[in-house]
Amino acid sequence: MSGASRGQEPARVRLGASPAFKIAVSLSIATGLYGVSFGALSVASGFDFWQTMALSLLLFSGGSQFAFIGVVAGGGSGLAAMMASALLGLRNGIYGMQINALLRPGGLKRYAAAHVTIDESTATASGQTDPDEQRRGFWTAGIGIFILWNIFTAVGALAGDAMGDPKRWGLDGAAVAAFLGLLWPRLRGREPWAIAAACALATVLAVPFVPSGVPILVAAVVAAVIGWYSHARLNEGLEPDVDPYAGVDRDRKIGGTE
Amino acid sequence: MNLWTWILIACVLAYATKLIGYFVPAKLLQNPRIMHVAGTMTIGLLASLTLVNAVASGQGLVLDARIGALLAAAVALLFRAPFLVVVIAGAAAAALLRLLGWG
Repeated sequence: MSGASRGQEPARVRLGASPAFKIAVSLSIATGLYGVSFGALSVASGFDFWQTMALSLLLFSGGSQFAFIGVVAGGGSGLAAMMASALLGLRNGIYGMQINALLRPGGLKRYAAAHVTIDESTATASGQTDPDEQRRGFWTAGIGIFILWNIFTAVGALAGDAMGDPKRWGLDGAAVAAFLGLLWPRLRGREPWAIAAACALATVLAVPFVPSGVPILVAAVVAAVIGWYSHARLNEGLEPDVDPYAGVDRDRKIGGTE
Repeated sequence: MNLWTWILIACVLAYATKLIGYFVPAKLLQNPRIMHVAGTMTIGLLASLTLVNAVASGQGLVLDARIGALLAAAVALLFRAPFLVVVIAGAAAAALLRLLGWG
């Protein structure tokens, strides 16, 4: 394959030589694999196979999916689950704006790009400086994760169905670990820890007094108020679950510290 | 309303949120306060979900095998284990504690 490019065509490079492509592929595999835990936890929480698949195919945002099933598993209502999921997905709107500014997808491509706008695809694209690399990184991570996440969700859902009593396998413990694992990469610096602690405390205090699921929404309000009045770095909390650039100097990448 | 309805509403809202970013004027979302709230809310919700799943049982607070899962996951994360290993560590700790007769 030649490396020549003409006119508006993006430069043709061997994909194996594209750093963004390589990062996106390894990220797709790492992220896709933990679709297994989502699938298994979802059926353990009482969702059937197709409800589980609907969340992975249509909602397609890991944190929001775990939030939805987590609220229901704790005895919360569908309304509370929907609200927790929607609030946790708000950051995707910011990512959409960032990708739109970087790639400027036109026409129908926009509608496809929106669906695969998640933590990981945005982080892969925004970690590159060359526009062609940004484009390759975004689409490879977005589509790669979409495919693998759904395949492994199905595997997890079928395996979870066959496992029987979820508690015997510690699947409720797996859910706790999954949420901590999603939170962990976002706890960089003192302010994120303070926010996490304040919201954890608000949750525990609210549990005995309000219906299941609602304590999570109380924590969301606390977090929003803190966010509105504080002045820390702007991209706080907007980190991918699996860091595509682990090992790269983070301060250099995000261009600023507290 | 049944669970399917809430699932589908959540799916529509998730997609609409993503799509909005592609259509609103960049200035609107570049407001530092809105960006910051989206970030802090993500942290707050995940912290809350971690705690609810670890200690809430309906409207009660209980200490059971799930606390072991929380600690095991934290240790795995301190050792920079990948996500799937963290989840397995949590499940194994809870299952083991129950096998030993606690929680």
